Amino acid sequence: MSMTEQVRISDEAELVAAVASAAASGTRLAIAGRGTKQGIGRPLEVARVLDLSALSGVTLYEPEELVLTARAGTPLSEITALLAQNRQMLAFEPMDTGPIFGAAAGDGTLGGLFACNLSGPRRLSHGAVRDHALGIRAVSGRGEVFKSGGRVMKNVTGYDLPRMLAGSFGTLAVMSDITLKVLPTPETEETLVVFGLDPASAARAMSAAMGSSCEVSGAATLPAEIARRRPEAPADVSVTAFRLEGFAPSVRARRAMLISVLMPFGAVEVLDEAASRAFWVLVRDALPFAGTAPRALWRISTAPMAGPVLGRALSEALGAETFCDWAGGLVWALMPDEAARAADVRAALAPHGGHATLLRGTPEARAGAVFQPLEANLAALTARVKASFDPRGILNPGRMYAGM
Amino acid sequence: MSLRLPAADESVLARRAQIIADLSAIVPGEGVIFHEREMKPYESDGVTAYKQMPLVVVLPQTTEQVSRVLKYCHAGGIRVVPRGAGTSLSGGALPLQDGVLLGMGKFNRILDIDYANRCAVVQPGVTNLGITRAVEHEGFYYAPDPSSQIACTIGGNVGENSGGVHTLKYGLTTNNVLGVEMVLITGEVVRLGGRHLDAGGLDLLAAVIGSEGLLGVVTEVTVRLLKKPDVARAVLVGFPTSEDAGDCVAKIIAAGIIPAGIEMMDRDAIAAAEAFVKVGYPLDVEALLIVELDGPEAECAHLLEEVSRIAAACNSSTLRVSRTEEERLGFWAGRKAAFPAVGRLSPDYLCMDGTIPRKQLPLVLTRMRELSARYGLRVANVFHAGDGNLHPLILYDANQPGEMDKAEAFGADILRLCVQVGGVLTGEHGVGVEKRDLMPEMFDATDLAHQQRLKCAFDDQGLLNPGKVFPTLHRCAELGRMHVSGGQVPFPDLPRF
Repeated sequence: MSMTEQVRISDEAELVAAVASAAASGTRLAIAGRGTKQGIGRPLEVARVLDLSALSGVTLYEPEELVLTARAGTPLSEITALLAQNRQMLAFEPMDTGPIFGAAAGDGTLGGLFACNLSGPRRLSHGAVRDHALGIRAVSGRGEVFKSGGRVMKNVTGYDLPRMLAGSFGTLAVMSDITLKVLPTPETEETLVVFGLDPASAARAMSAAMGSSCEVSGAATLPAEIARRRPEAPADVSVTAFRLEGFAPSVRARRAMLISVLMPFGAVEVLDEAASRAFWVLVRDALPFAGTAPRALWRISTAPMAGPVLGRALSEALGAETFCDWAGGLVWALMPDEAARAADVRAALAPHGGHATLLRGTPEARAGAVFQPLEANLAALTARVKASFDPRGILNPGRMYAGM
Repeated sequence: MSLRLPAADESVLARRAQIIADLSAIVPGEGVIFHEREMKPYESDGVTAYKQMPLVVVLPQTTEQVSRVLKYCHAGGIRVVPRGAGTSLSGGALPLQDGVLLGMGKFNRILDIDYANRCAVVQPGVTNLGITRAVEHEGFYYAPDPSSQIACTIGGNVGENSGGVHTLKYGLTTNNVLGVEMVLITGEVVRLGGRHLDAGGLDLLAAVIGSEGLLGVVTEVTVRLLKKPDVARAVLVGFPTSEDAGDCVAKIIAAGIIPAGIEMMDRDAIAAAEAFVKVGYPLDVEALLIVELDGPEAECAHLLEEVSRIAAACNSSTLRVSRTEEERLGFWAGRKAAFPAVGRLSPDYLCMDGTIPRKQLPLVLTRMRELSARYGLRVANVFHAGDGNLHPLILYDANQPGEMDKAEAFGADILRLCVQVGGVLTGEHGVGVEKRDLMPEMFDATDLAHQQRLKCAFDDQGLLNPGKVFPTLHRCAELGRMHVSGGQVPFPDLPRF
């Protein structure tokens, strides 16, 4: 294996030149920001790494228009701090992958976040990273810069490439600029908690809450073996939690409504604002599984009612530790060791529908299918789409699928 | 009407009888329509100025039939134009002389309502409002509400990424669809997404939603259902200037309030609406805002106070808060009737659909008045103020020679203006044929080539809805070439346009 060469990119012209040159010579590139998510996806074998961390800076922020544009290498912390000054936020609640990879929290870039489309608990009510993508400038595998979308909220001019490129793991184009919709930070928040629900009851309780008009913006269930690790855990029981956010009078009113919705499932306790914030950071960043590398860690999206039951099944059959976010629709499953058990995980998921991603694994485990394998027609279409943006296969080759 | 459509393929026209016979074998009974009189209802969509009789109309009922029809057309090099309810305001479903018009109206069943997972699986011919009607007895609804929702279908909504008046808070179609089943032009069936969040793999669902029927034919849609808010209340605010109204919207949002809807109307639109429905709109204001808040009663009450305070600080001259549901609906009645109301003022009108950064509204309105004077045509404006989507209605008389061309030129100038101030050509109506030739105002050749290559990945012969969205048809082989030598793009200093 040859040495990997690092190329530092500090403006769009350099980015175009670097990709065009690689396209001309067929040189395979890895695309990196601050490198915090390099452990996600299939391992790369490339000759050159494009380091975009110097392609940085917020170029447009108009709080009253709810819009922000930044270069791909801009640190996420810089963006969230700027938004916080105006009491605004990235509503999709970006996951910080640092802790589960044994790295510091608070690192990572906008480009990396966009490429991985890793949304947190508020995905449930406010949508994913991709739902907030308004526009991009990017360089495709052809070494050509192109733009799509815009800076306005409502736009159907041409194909929606910004949303399509979100979550494409740098395999289609290298982002230069990303424009996002931003939203006001809720004035306050609190979390209602029901203890001791079994997985099926937790699924029903979360469904009841989401099927009410209480505007729950986070719903998660942690089985006892996970919940007991929280320092403030009251006893050895499961925790099912529901977040309410908004203006104080609204949160108060919805608390009363939600308590009556949850009453049939058990006694309800309230976590105040500070405790609520801490709880949802724990769920967002999968903190119960921090420090467990190199054990294989799965992130599974499925129908919400199926999640808690699937989690239990993975525990019983494979010895996994699991918990659910997104009202049950997101299952985090930590395997007992480095073996990913991909076939078993996907077989357990199959009856419910959805997709399982090996978010963390050893290089050997990740050499298999990290992302849910595609049915034949869709796989062929996906390969054609890849080729249309990157005909020579130079951008993060094989990161999503082998040979693509 | 001088509309350039792709030249008809003579060899296809010559085979018409055979094509009709072959398609009749795939879709038996009354599923194939080929007599001119019976095809008449399909010759145009919501843009009735454009008319074209299709080669034949096919109305399949099953995914398998769609698959076989498309496979047949792909094998024979026959163009296909998909159609939902035909309510497009951009000519997206305009037929082609040599093309099969694939009507999806018979796909009109709701397949599953899954309240526990808050989604519904429906066929594409179900109307937008039909989804809400099917679930409202349980207190649920489907959020995007284009004004044609009584007639437009969810399949068409997927094609156009339809919006409505509540998009700032509740999103567009793309934010509310979880999955689709679709058929490619080859007849291959693919499923994207499902009942779970995030479709997985490359987000091709994002590409398909809003693709105006150019990428595939959707045969099933899984939509997200939401619980209806407890209450909705609206406040009607008049302002002496559009600047004040725009300022008020900015300050509401800066205060952290995301209303369910914020609509603005200008003096001409207010007058037309009031004359039509008589709901008590103030007539002595330059701009009228309808701000709707929804959620728990306590939240609405709290925010109505906030909004009223902000409006007063922005020089509002009149302010009314809805006290009853009837009154709230009254506030909306005028806005919702704005198009027909304007229609009464003039034999014809052209509805534009640009989006602008909201702060540019005063400038855009001023320039529009100048253009109005120059063209000698009146224009009334309704504006989805929350998301910047502007609907100028240009009044004209098609019976006056040259006036329609003048109205179209005026409309094109307005859209150019939208792009110049940082906006886009279309916020929710789609590019279709109407704005197709303006695409270079917003995108350069490289931008368009990247989009058209995506089309090639789905449809290598360009048979699905050609002549829509893109001003120039390119062969996929030509688009696919890489013009790279020695690590340099050719002519790096040459301006691209």
